[in-house]
Amino acid sequence: MTRPTVDLRPTQPPLPRPRPLAHFFTRPQVIALAAVLLVNWLLFPGFFTVTWQDGRFFGSLIDVLNRGAPVAILAIGMTMVIATKGVDLSVGAVMAISGATAATLVTNGIPAPVAVLAALGTGLLCGFWNGILVTVLEIQPIIATLVLMVAGRGLAQLITEGYIVTFSDPLLIFIGTGSFLGLPMPVIIAAVLMILATLIVRRTALGLLIEAVGVNRSAARFAGLSANALLLIVYTFAGFCAAISGLIVAGDIRGADANNAGLWLELDAILAVVIGGTSLMGGRFSIPMAVLGAMIIQAMNTGILISGFSPEFNLVVKSAVIIVILVLQSPLSSRLFRRLPGAQK
Amino acid sequence: MTAQQPVLEARGIDKVFGQHRALDTVDFAAHAGEVHALLGENGAGKSTLIKILTGAYQPDGGELLLEGQPIHLRDPLHGQTYGIGTVYQEVNLLPNRSVSENLFLGRQPTRFGMVDRKRIDAAAKDLLSRYGLNIDVRAELSEYSVAVQQIVAIARAVELSGKVLVLDEPTASLDRNEVQRLFDVVRGLKAKGLAIIFITHFLDQVFDLADRVTILRNGRKVATQALNTLNTTDVVRMMLGKDVAFDHHPTALTGGPKGAVRVQFQGLSRKGLSPFDLSVHEGEVVGVAGLLGSGRTEVARLMFGVDTSDGGQITVDGHPVTIRNPAQAVAAGFGFCPEDRKLDGIFGDLSVRENIIIALQAKLGWFKALNRDDQVELAGRYAEALDIRAANHDMPVKLLSGGNQQKVILARWLAIDPTFLILDEPTRGIDVGAHAEIVRTINRLREEGLALFVISSELDEVVAYSNRIVVMRDREMVAELDGDSIAPDAIVQAIAGTPPHETREARP
Repeated sequence: MTRPTVDLRPTQPPLPRPRPLAHFFTRPQVIALAAVLLVNWLLFPGFFTVTWQDGRFFGSLIDVLNRGAPVAILAIGMTMVIATKGVDLSVGAVMAISGATAATLVTNGIPAPVAVLAALGTGLLCGFWNGILVTVLEIQPIIATLVLMVAGRGLAQLITEGYIVTFSDPLLIFIGTGSFLGLPMPVIIAAVLMILATLIVRRTALGLLIEAVGVNRSAARFAGLSANALLLIVYTFAGFCAAISGLIVAGDIRGADANNAGLWLELDAILAVVIGGTSLMGGRFSIPMAVLGAMIIQAMNTGILISGFSPEFNLVVKSAVIIVILVLQSPLSSRLFRRLPGAQK
Repeated sequence: MTAQQPVLEARGIDKVFGQHRALDTVDFAAHAGEVHALLGENGAGKSTLIKILTGAYQPDGGELLLEGQPIHLRDPLHGQTYGIGTVYQEVNLLPNRSVSENLFLGRQPTRFGMVDRKRIDAAAKDLLSRYGLNIDVRAELSEYSVAVQQIVAIARAVELSGKVLVLDEPTASLDRNEVQRLFDVVRGLKAKGLAIIFITHFLDQVFDLADRVTILRNGRKVATQALNTLNTTDVVRMMLGKDVAFDHHPTALTGGPKGAVRVQFQGLSRKGLSPFDLSVHEGEVVGVAGLLGSGRTEVARLMFGVDTSDGGQITVDGHPVTIRNPAQAVAAGFGFCPEDRKLDGIFGDLSVRENIIIALQAKLGWFKALNRDDQVELAGRYAEALDIRAANHDMPVKLLSGGNQQKVILARWLAIDPTFLILDEPTRGIDVGAHAEIVRTINRLREEGLALFVISSELDEVVAYSNRIVVMRDREMVAELDGDSIAPDAIVQAIAGTPPHETREARP
């Protein structure tokens, strides 16, 4: 049998590769982060001071990284969910479930490594559940994950039997407050997860296929993509990220608080993703940018705290900065800044 | 050319976008009481010219004259105050408001500061009756057909402006009767002395309705001529600058299929569709003719696993395969260019390159990622082979014209090295030039040994590339024509199930 062939003539010369580093410093997110840090420095001149003490770094900047890590980890999972045109509202509740699982198990004498694995397993399970609701039952993501957002806190309370379960297990505490190479564990975990996740989606075809599903799910089906399998993976991974965050938060306070662990953090995570430039309409996404978004949010939180303003200011300032960033990203500003040549239909 | 002064005249219009000269000293004049068609390939500059005439764009050179007086339009609303109204392909009215509200939106008659609903309804009824429409004006606009909505849009535009009416592809989503109804309205307005500028892809509609035609090519005016001095070939030649008549039924096709059976469907069925048997050979195009709703698209969807079949067998090169979803169809070497390009075909925000490699990537799986160099090479090769015109392959595919988007989807399937390609209306909504190119491409793919299944509602097009034609009626394959029996008349006869009445004059 003959194969259909097309003329194999030389192609047009490939365009130069995009230069990520040169673009990096002109992105609105990077400029925004620099601006927030600058304001922090003006308010608190010691902001950039980092000291070495007891084998680890200390300072406000390290604190921003450390406090921002849980939301950054949530944002890594959330980025991919949002890239598929979905959203996961349940991650805050999954954090509570994960923390409750680990704390309850260690206080009942189960070895800490097993407890950690079990907590991560519940996270995977929660994410998988969301994925099933979205794919098999075809429920809109915002509703499907709302189920677990509401029910999840109840589940966590069932696990802790309504108490705040405190523990003194060294491994769990290490995950929340320990340090490695002089940096707090949460920062290390977030950085490793960010690099791994980015490598996995960009070195395999997953990133492109996820974007394709987000841009046009129907066309993805017609092109032979298994959209449902991708969605299942993405939601499961978001649950996994939430479980890690839950462990960090529990380790930090040495206890599992089913009512307050991760409360409203899903909103910060969504915000971080949007600040990072991933559209809620799905499609193009960037995991490092979402992490950067989480850092912008945390830098603002920290800045307001150390400057001595009352925390109520935080919410107002935060929304103002967010508006600025979103305006910078909007089509309006790109028209104003770059007068794009009008494309003719 | 009449000596009388044109209502709307454009003189020496230039428009430049970046480095691209969209319009180059174009003259255009619309007279009262004429329908003036504006024709050109995609990218010829007709939408740019229209946008300048209505005020959506400002020209970089030249001037606009309304009844001899120079005017400067800031925006379409400003154009409206000068009497220039536009009706677009997609009706841009409010579907969830009543017909009368749509007609009077923004200028509702009021009574003691309140909208006077009764007066609006009465005025709307009166207004529409002049267009031969007798409908309940209090009902929501969306309850009416697109044709009625178009007429409402025209009525509103004429009411607001009243000198020049621009119709930008108003017939694209209408059926034949609705088109005639719309044309009656347009003829009525012409008799009243409006200047009507008419843009369409359908040449037969131009000859049916228009008095004069202006043809643009690559941003320049080729000619303005009265249509009664022209025939279709003249018009197409002027649009394309070359002769592109379809090769009518090349003799090579009458010899029957060339190679072995590649794909065989046996007793494939689904609720609402009669079971069918069909085999497609190597180097064969099986054309499908039939009216809308005859089950043509359903057959294609069933073959590709978009809809799952209730029963039947599919074999590829003699081996049975299971196709219950498109992924399995792609794995079996099938490709499908769906009818609705925008909805089911393109990934608008993804680049041309990614759109071309996506099916191959899906077939390879998640972990065998095509690296950037492979992608660039593949996209470049197929873009070259199909003559996809894009400034670069990293631009979003949504910026390309319809014809080029269609070629991108075709390239996507050629990239998986398919055994069997299904094309559902591959030339719909595509300008004449790209249209002829796609027909040529289908012929070339056949010659290269591909098995193709092509659905089209254009008879002379199906005739031009099919070895065999399957005729569908009432969700059933009712006839099969091959060899010398393939002719538009015979197809019409088979579709109608009766001897032919009058057939339209075939396009040259």
